[in-house]
Amino acid sequence: MSHATDLLPETTPTAAMIRTLGLIAMICGVIIVAAYQGTYAAVQENKRIAVERAVFKVIPRAKSIAEYAVSSAGELKKLGAGEAAPTGSIKFYAGYDEAARLAGIAAEGAAKGYADTVRILFAWDPAAASVTGFGVVAMRETPGIGDKILVDAEFLANFPLEAKPSDDRLVLAHEIRTVKHGSKTNPWEVDAIAGATITSRAIGKAINDTAQTLVPRLAPHLDKLKEKS
Amino acid sequence: MSQARNWDEFMEGIWRQNPVFVMVLGMCPTLAVTVSGINALSMGVATTFVLICSCGLVSLLRKLIPKEVRIATYIVIIATFVTVVDYVIQAVSLALYDALGAFIQLIVVNCIILGRAEAHASKTPPAPAMVNALGMGIGFTIGLLALGCVREILGAGTLFGISLFGAGFQPWVVMVLPPGGFFVLGAWLLLFAALERRKQRKLAEVRHV
Amino acid sequence: MSESVAQIFINALLANNFVLAMFLGLCPFLGVSGKLDTAFPMGVATTFVMLVASLCAYGLNLLLTAFQLEFLRLISYIVIIASAVQLVEMVLKKYSPGLFRALGIYLPLITTNCAVLGVALFQTAREYDFIQSLTFSFGGGAGFTLALVLMASVRERLQLSDVPSVAQGTALSLMLAGILSLAFMGFAGLGS
Repeated sequence: MSHATDLLPETTPTAAMIRTLGLIAMICGVIIVAAYQGTYAAVQENKRIAVERAVFKVIPRAKSIAEYAVSSAGELKKLGAGEAAPTGSIKFYAGYDEAARLAGIAAEGAAKGYADTVRILFAWDPAAASVTGFGVVAMRETPGIGDKILVDAEFLANFPLEAKPSDDRLVLAHEIRTVKHGSKTNPWEVDAIAGATITSRAIGKAINDTAQTLVPRLAPHLDKLKEKS
Repeated sequence: MSQARNWDEFMEGIWRQNPVFVMVLGMCPTLAVTVSGINALSMGVATTFVLICSCGLVSLLRKLIPKEVRIATYIVIIATFVTVVDYVIQAVSLALYDALGAFIQLIVVNCIILGRAEAHASKTPPAPAMVNALGMGIGFTIGLLALGCVREILGAGTLFGISLFGAGFQPWVVMVLPPGGFFVLGAWLLLFAALERRKQRKLAEVRHV
Repeated sequence: MSESVAQIFINALLANNFVLAMFLGLCPFLGVSGKLDTAFPMGVATTFVMLVASLCAYGLNLLLTAFQLEFLRLISYIVIIASAVQLVEMVLKKYSPGLFRALGIYLPLITTNCAVLGVALFQTAREYDFIQSLTFSFGGGAGFTLALVLMASVRERLQLSDVPSVAQGTALSLMLAGILSLAFMGFAGLGS
């Protein structure tokens, strides 16, 4: 049967197929590269504005930002625009006020929420050694239930939340934990929203996971970060 | 190419062969992104753009493409334009890009586009093929809007972000959650089926008289 | 961000079910869920292709990242998935004709199944490592099969009941899918 089809006159020769596919791949390649190059500047600018806006939201006093990364060995490195943080290090943003003095540190955290991973950006105030607030980067929590974390006055009253390094500067002095609604007794505990415990827990865990490593690593560098360089 | 023929090509996608309500194609983006009017509109515009460009290119190259590799060729062409749209949306608005998420890239596997390229553009000259694609795209956008607006009004009490009912409104949250998508589309289809039924009955009555 | 393998599996299977919560792969879901004995093979075939596609996409992504060609990701994923489907088809035909006869007619359909491309795109976006990617695609495939089998069972039962003729067809399937989706929402929060 295969012989019969091979001999049919309308079968296209392999060379022609390869030629056409090559031609089309070339056209498509040109279009894609043109689109990528054409939009590159605008996309980078958009991303920068988005990051800036998110950081300004969690550090209201900030007027300008600088990107840094701190490695597992504790080395501080300033990142250029669009530069990715080296593997194993934590990226954070330093926000500076009008007089170019440090207004706060912002870093990302992520934890599994009710529907999907909740990604947040939180602000840490080095002077008070506490987390002053957070903003959501991405989440798919139930509207009207999980998204109360952004508006619920009682939940927002959890902040400032204590986050100071332990004496040996390896971890936080106290782990940030989310506790059941109404049972918060310490400044490092997060009082959950009744009915949205899982989302509240995700916020606490997201902050804790990042802060446990970032805060102790930052401690020796705070003087360097005080003024904008 | 007569005016009437062009009009016919255009209207086919909007009413007679509406991709959402009649052919029930491209369901994945239809249901996933229609939680608000603005998302629905952007998704519709993005799909329309990909549809027109790929149908145009497929139609231009239709005599060159050997039939053995046509599906592969179409998919490559479609993926190209989807990549273009992906970058353009990122450049225009990152917020919109985040809201539509992976579904911009999933336009590639939207059966409407491959279906149109295969069934129509591969046999038609570029001009009518693109007109037909425009009609299909607009039809798809209307379908998305019909879903997106209903879900936004019921589920959030807003339309295009503007509050409709005031503060006392208790939103019907399930409508913006996944089940709501199925329910609203089901309801629309039910409505269209009922309309069709009535038309048939009237036609039958006329014939009897 | 590290999720345990069990969490990823449970999430892909139930809480974030590909069909009922993420709306991936709806065309085959509505198309072939009429009968139980076609729904199950379709699910198995899709799961198989998803695993293969996930593997290929993982390797391909390493290559693309190494050469900084991320803007070619989408186009290369779709080409590799289409080729993977063809390859699976040929391998099955040669080495397991029995399985090929059972799954054969479904394989070409899978190329345009968004669940397959979805797996590849989501695992990249979430930066899953090799084991996580495989778990994710297996869980997703199993979830797809589960949804398909449930839907087919319900629709088979409904054939015996008296449904108003206006509501028959796609409208009814969508309503059913909505109710199933509502039920699956109860699984949310399971993997946290």
